[in-house]
Formats: sequence, structure tokens, C-alpha cells
Amino acid sequence: MKPNTPKTGAARRQFIFDSAKMVCGVGMLGLGLGLYAKQSKALPALALRPPGALPEDDFLGACIRCGMCVRDCPYNTLALAKPEAPVTTGTPYFTARNIPCEMCEDIPCIKACPTKALDHSLTDINKAKMGLAVLIDHETCLNFLGLRCDVCYRVCPVIDKAITLDMVPNTRTGRHAMFLPTVHYEHCTGCGKCEKSCVLEEAAIRVLPPKLAQGVLGKHYRVGWDEKAKAGHSLIDESKMLDLPDRIPEGAVLPGHYDPASGHTESMRGMPGIEAGAIPSQPPGLGGKP
Amino acid sequence: MSAAKHKRIGAEAVEVKGWLGAHKWLILRRISQFSILALFLAGPWFGQWIVKGNLAYSYTLGVLPLTDPYVALQSMVTGHLPETLGLIGMAIVLAFYLLVGGRVYCSWVCPVNIVTDAAGWLRDRLGIKGSAHLGRNTRYWILGMTFVGSAITGVVLWELINPVSMLHRGLIFGIGTAWTVILSVFLFDLFVMSRGWCGRLCPVGAFYSLLGRWSPVRISAPKRSACNDCMDCFEVCPEPHVIRPALKGEGKGIGPVILGPNCTNCGRCIDVCSKDVFTFGLRFNNPVSTGQPAVAQPEAK
Repeated sequence: MKPNTPKTGAARRQFIFDSAKMVCGVGMLGLGLGLYAKQSKALPALALRPPGALPEDDFLGACIRCGMCVRDCPYNTLALAKPEAPVTTGTPYFTARNIPCEMCEDIPCIKACPTKALDHSLTDINKAKMGLAVLIDHETCLNFLGLRCDVCYRVCPVIDKAITLDMVPNTRTGRHAMFLPTVHYEHCTGCGKCEKSCVLEEAAIRVLPPKLAQGVLGKHYRVGWDEKAKAGHSLIDESKMLDLPDRIPEGAVLPGHYDPASGHTESMRGMPGIEAGAIPSQPPGLGGKP
Repeated sequence: MSAAKHKRIGAEAVEVKGWLGAHKWLILRRISQFSILALFLAGPWFGQWIVKGNLAYSYTLGVLPLTDPYVALQSMVTGHLPETLGLIGMAIVLAFYLLVGGRVYCSWVCPVNIVTDAAGWLRDRLGIKGSAHLGRNTRYWILGMTFVGSAITGVVLWELINPVSMLHRGLIFGIGTAWTVILSVFLFDLFVMSRGWCGRLCPVGAFYSLLGRWSPVRISAPKRSACNDCMDCFEVCPEPHVIRPALKGEGKGIGPVILGPNCTNCGRCIDVCSKDVFTFGLRFNNPVSTGQPAVAQPEAK
């Protein structure tokens, strides 16, 4: 294996050239592979990793593509990516719309993993974060159309925690309620049963990687009512609150407008289709979450 | 070696030892390769779960973990240590190949060996001469590159394109388009470079070469004085450079044991030799002088 120790100038030159040939040739191969590796880190949005999977960057280093998780999944949810799949070749994934994760309590896929690609410290499947469900289309979701489909809510293994139905007035009819499926990220495991069961031809609710699904508040943001609850009282002295004059035309009526000075909400008379006295108790847009 | 007179490799051995005798180790090897594959396939095909997983990691009968140390090492240089079972499996595999010779993996286990052997056989049958040249050390450079690359990218680099795992995984978990990769390896060996993949490029083989550097189980040529220079062993050997020192080294004070780490212990040289020059043996049984004390006569005829 070791090249002969170069003794003559010619031999030394040859040795250097041979080495340069190898370094350059293999270097090019390595560069190509490296770029491919970089691309492979982009997991498509609808491909989900098994429960407990490390973040994609780490997963591709830790997973040795053995398929033990695939074998021990009792529901055939998982598959190893074939070369033509948009997922890194040989790594396990599932597509919620095909077969979602059934959230086995003993999490056999994690137990089968011989590496740390699936986090063995995850023992409560309810704490899994395979992704986050997002009600992605507000125009086709039947509940947004004012119907009571509720299927995603009903099939959710963490019903009433991960998905709640939040009641809001149906302003289209003016006299009905809409029950909007609302995902709560602290409870959603990303199992994908909601996406699988969505009755539409294309699911209106989909499980996405947390990074795509979630916004992040600025670190300096404080939510007033949370702070109030924590402190037990408002953090500002409300008596000193200034109520600046509203810059609206004299005599105009703003339906639903809250006037801090008088402390009451303007009734919604004047809204088309709404008679005075038959107004919803909540202004449009505010959820009915307790 | 004119084409008209070109006899098939091992024809003489077939005459002397019979077809079976001249293919003994080849048959044993194929049995080994297909049995291992069958063990893996018994689960998905017939529901008999003897072995789960694939060559990267497998778990046999719920007791025996086996981990491919090359894949695991790439994973480790990305900064991820396997779990206990994965580490135990790695230790078992390392110990096994340290003993029997690293490249026993290549010739007795690896499914790509069947593909490249087929290409080599067809190349001989079709009489394809000429081959692109690439040094046999290329694989070590690629091996090094995969470790450096894994460390830099944080991805188990060679597994992105490794035809060995693609084929084995494909057979067990569904092959998809991986067959195109296998076909390209076959055609590469057939038309571009004789013994190109296993003998020059594959870093898996390079890794196992290094692993078996000091393994005791070796092929030896104790009856090298009987060699009639038919060259069949050189023709059939996937790594012919390992044969020369042992077979022709009598005069140079080199023992008859094939010590080259690239030797895959495939035993084909034993098969094709009509004079039974070669045999399996141990590296320690390596006397400088073999056969008749012909002494320092460079293979006198």
C-alpha cells in the first residue's frame, strides 16, 4: 500500500504526480458527493421521520440505513427511501396521507434502532414531534365552509388537546357558528392521522416539519395577558392609560368597536344583514377558546 | 496467448479434477452468498424472521447484533455514537473479519461480488481486451475521502451512493431504481475496466482490506514448485497482484502464504489450478523454502 520511498528525483516527481492525480480525481468525486449530501438534507415537506428522529442534519449522520425501525413498525407505516424517492436513499420515512403513525405506546421503532438516530430517551409517544399539523387551506376545509365535518378532530389521538374545535360566528350567514379545527402545537405529535383522514381530495390539514409550520415570537415579546396572569395583576397602571381620541368622522358608528373610555363595545347595528339586538356576543375574528 | 489458442480459464483443472473439483470454492462461495441473502429474505418473503435489517446492521433471532463497521465508523465521524447493540454488533464483525480475513466479506458475503464476478466471467467469454487503467490504491483514497467527507458534511457519505448497500437493501426492502446503479457497475466492469469496481474503486473493500491486514486465515501456495506457469490463477484472480510474491517468491526468500491484504480469500486460485498448488492455510505456516530444496534458483524449470 505504501508507495516506495522516492529516492531519485524522477521517482519523487512521479510520486508527487501520482498523488496529485489521486487527490484531484478523488477530490472531485468527494466534492460531488459533498454537494449531493448538502442537497440530501432538504427533506421534502410531506416526508415525515419516525418518532424521536433527530433533526434532519443530525439524522443523516446518525442513521445507518439498516431498516430495523421499518421492520418493527407493526402498521407498515415506515419505508426505506429508494433512490428515486425525494428522501435521502435508504433512510426511513413515512407519508401521512398514505399510512400515518399509529403512535404505539411502546414505540417499537425507537427500540429497534441500533443508533441514536431515533432518540431512545423518548418513551412517551405523546411527546413525539414528527411534525406539526397545520390546517393549511381555510377555503376548502368543510368546517370553514360552515359544515360540521370534524373528522380531523375526531381521529386525533390527542383529541381536545392537539386539535380543538373553536367556535366563531359565521359571518356569511350571520346566524350560524363555525367550528374551526385549531391545532395546538404543544400537544400535536405529527402522527398524521388528521391528514390521512381529511375527507377532501387533497387534505386541507397537513403535517409539516415544525420549522415550516411554526412562527416564532421575537425573544423580547411579552404577551400582556400571560404576564398579567403570572404577576396576578396588570403590569401597567391602567388608571394612567391614555385614551387618545379616535380619528374618525364625527358621528360615525363603528360596529364592534371597543371604546376604552366608556368601556363598552359599540353594537353592530348597521352591518348588512344584521338587525340590532341580534348581535353575536363576540366580535368576528376572536376565537371562542376558553 | 493468441486468441485462437486461448483456452478458458481453468480448463486444465476441469480436465484433471473434474468440473466439481475445479469449482468447489466458487460453489461454496455462492452458497454462502445466497444463503446469507436467503436468511435476510426469509422474513419479508415468507414471514420467517430469522434475520432483521440489512448488511448495515442486522439482528439475528433476537440475540445476535451485527453492524457494518465501515458504515458505523462513517456515522461516528459525523459525531454520532451508535447505541449499545450497534456497538456490540460492530465489535463482533470487527473481530470476525480480523480473524478470517477482511475481504472474506467481499467474496463470501457481498452481493455485488456476484455482479462483478459475472461481469468478469462475461469479459473473459467475450474476449474483451483492453481496460481503462486506474491504480489499485484508488480505493484507499476514496475510503479516506468518505471519512473526511462524512466529518465535513455530517452525512454518512458513502451510503448516499454505495452500490453494495443499495443492492442488498434493495433486494430486501424494494429495489426501486437502484438496479440502474447495479447495472452500471456491471457494465463498468465489463466494458470499461476489468475488475474495476471491486478491485480499484470500492471503499468498502478497501476498508475490509485494511481490517484483514493481519488476519491469520490465508491462502497459501505450499506446492508452488509444482507450478507450470499456466497463468490461470492470475487470470481468474480478482486481485492478481497478491499472488505473485507468494507463488514466485521462492528465490527471493518470500514464503508461500499470500499476505497481500487485497486477497479476498475467494479460493478461485485453488479451484483453477490443475496442480493443486494453492490451499487454505494460516499465515504462520510460512516457511521461506517449500517443496524440493531448489534453493536460490529463481523458479528453475
